[in-house]
Amino acid sequence: MSTIFQVQTQVVENPKEFKLSPDNHRWILLSILFGFAALAFGVFQGFVQGLNYAGISLFSFLPGMKTYYEGLTAHGVLNAFIFTFAEANGWLALTTARGLGRNLNSKILALSFILLVLGTLFAGIPIFVGKASVLYTFYPPLRAHWAFYLGIALAVVSTWLISAAQLMALAAWRKEHKGERIPLMAYVSIMTYIMWDISSLGAAAEDLFLLLPWSLNLLPGSDPLLSRVLFWYTGHQIVYYWLLPAYVSWYIFIPRMVGGKLFSDSLARIAFILFVVLVPVGFHHQYTDPGVGNYYKIAVLILTFGIAFPSLLTAFSIMYALEIGGRANGGKGILGWFWKLPWANPTVSAQVLAMIAFLPGGITGIMNASYNMNLLTHNTTFVPGHFHLTLGSAVTLSYFGIAYWLIPYLTGKPLALKGVAKWQPWIYFLGVMIFARGEISGGILGMPRRTAMAIINYEPLPGWKLAGALTGIGGTIMFISCVLFFLVIFVTLVQKKQTVTYPDMPFTETYLGAAPSGWQLILDRLSYWVLLSFVLIALVYGPFLLTHIPPKLTAPPFQGF
Amino acid sequence: MEKLEKIYVWLSISILIAFIVAIIYASLALAVRVPTDSGQIVPNPGESLVSAVMRTPPFNQPGIQEVGPGQYKVVVIGQAWMFNPPSIELPLGADVTFYGTSLDIDHGFYIPGTDVNMMLLPGQISVLRHKFNKAGEYRIICHEYCGTLHHLMTGTITVK
Repeated sequence: MSTIFQVQTQVVENPKEFKLSPDNHRWILLSILFGFAALAFGVFQGFVQGLNYAGISLFSFLPGMKTYYEGLTAHGVLNAFIFTFAEANGWLALTTARGLGRNLNSKILALSFILLVLGTLFAGIPIFVGKASVLYTFYPPLRAHWAFYLGIALAVVSTWLISAAQLMALAAWRKEHKGERIPLMAYVSIMTYIMWDISSLGAAAEDLFLLLPWSLNLLPGSDPLLSRVLFWYTGHQIVYYWLLPAYVSWYIFIPRMVGGKLFSDSLARIAFILFVVLVPVGFHHQYTDPGVGNYYKIAVLILTFGIAFPSLLTAFSIMYALEIGGRANGGKGILGWFWKLPWANPTVSAQVLAMIAFLPGGITGIMNASYNMNLLTHNTTFVPGHFHLTLGSAVTLSYFGIAYWLIPYLTGKPLALKGVAKWQPWIYFLGVMIFARGEISGGILGMPRRTAMAIINYEPLPGWKLAGALTGIGGTIMFISCVLFFLVIFVTLVQKKQTVTYPDMPFTETYLGAAPSGWQLILDRLSYWVLLSFVLIALVYGPFLLTHIPPKLTAPPFQGF
Repeated sequence: MEKLEKIYVWLSISILIAFIVAIIYASLALAVRVPTDSGQIVPNPGESLVSAVMRTPPFNQPGIQEVGPGQYKVVVIGQAWMFNPPSIELPLGADVTFYGTSLDIDHGFYIPGTDVNMMLLPGQISVLRHKFNKAGEYRIICHEYCGTLHHLMTGTITVK
């Protein structure tokens, strides 16, 4: 290993001084805080969902939640859409600006933030008055109020605006830095949004051309199958839009925070390119759907396993960075470095715990994606068990960790209640592990998801009661941990102290830096990878769309809630 | 690339390929199949989806039909918020082909403890085969959210 250490030491980013403009700063901070506000609403609903599986029905007692399904819709929309959109918008705008050493267009950032807030109101109000209990999958012919569909559309447009601001800054940067490699921190941030631009097209088309006009009675009916296909075209890739901002932190900040370095610049870029190229994997959510041929199902099986590969690359890069850090702190032996990581720092512990939770998250994801094993898990609680280990931990726990340094960085106020912050990630980790154990075991024993289990009219099958109890206990512990997190952030924000000055963002160096010449230059040709992605999408989705367009609008609307 | 990187990359690729091979083996040799494209019921102009489903065979006769020795055809219609028929009786060892569709919204048709798991979408025909080699009462569960009373949508299969 000592030979590797001496290769090249290069800073990932432009090391020059950089100051965020007050406008950029304002919109980025607001976006981050707005995301956590959405999360706070969402986890409250989540708490009650967890109790539901333990057989405790509280829906009718709570304000703004008449039924389980209404609460579930709010939980899904607020946590999976609004929280993730707002955090990614703020966080990756910041990393792009710092990576390029150039402020983004403030007007676009402002517009993006305003659209997200409007979108949240438009989607949120119908949910809370019980006119949009369609869950976050919004499958027709279950029909929500038109404002719900408009709200979702506005939220998506708000993310596109961030991408536009990033690309404009990149174009300007390229003019001034001819022949230079794109700084890695900006590269991974921009690629995340390019991936999302491509993959949000499906649900955007569904929402704007099928659902919104239909909810305004401008169309005779809906096409349930085509809508599901368009939804899941986006619906799988959206998980990478949730995950990649956490990856950005894991690649760029964690190595430095643990006292290590990122191993390879190229490997990081290749991982993000693979996420952009391997977009068409959504059909694997439809293995048990009729109307979708085996060609599509087998094709996405292979591509989905392909997209597990960049996550395996990430596991390698990050583990290696952690090991270097741990050894630099005096860790010995095969695993001794692990205990020498700076565990006292909640920013680090939250994200390392997030990575650990992501291991079973990834494995259960591979199980879901397995063509015929999916028959066992499809639409059972196995699935929420899985994605509470990914979105619910790898992503959310990482954002907790990021917030512990980012909020002080953006506000200049020191982190309050440090003792609470130190334990909060551990409590969350414990909670989500118990929760996921419950949901996953329940799913294998046939417990359906998205079901008001507390009020079913038949005897629960063997094993469901234990699974449900664990889900309820784990969910409660997660909720307590979230409350502690919000407490820390709230006290941090309202305190009068204004002492912290972060000299700069703590981004890492790489051992194998960005090569100024050679084959690696092609990694920066973003348009090539976008083109490749579109070719693959055309091959997988083209035949299906050609035979299913124009849509057969034969299903009448149904409002069974 | 460094040697360590190369080893890791090839190891990752091999694991993923091994998984894919295992899945293909299970589909071909063990015949674990998922539903596929089995046709769609499209209403005539002016006709409602409900009446189109009701007149289209085999959905004009929901229930059990014996199509050969030990071979059965079970036709199920999902609607808010019940299965038609709600209870099914089969002899031990019955080799069943399920035909399902929905009259109104997306429903699920799932029998825990078996590999029968399929979606019932309005007008789409779902087909899945299963052999019941164990006696007992099986529960049918709708596992796709279908409105207020979704959790009450259930049925049974009794195998004697």
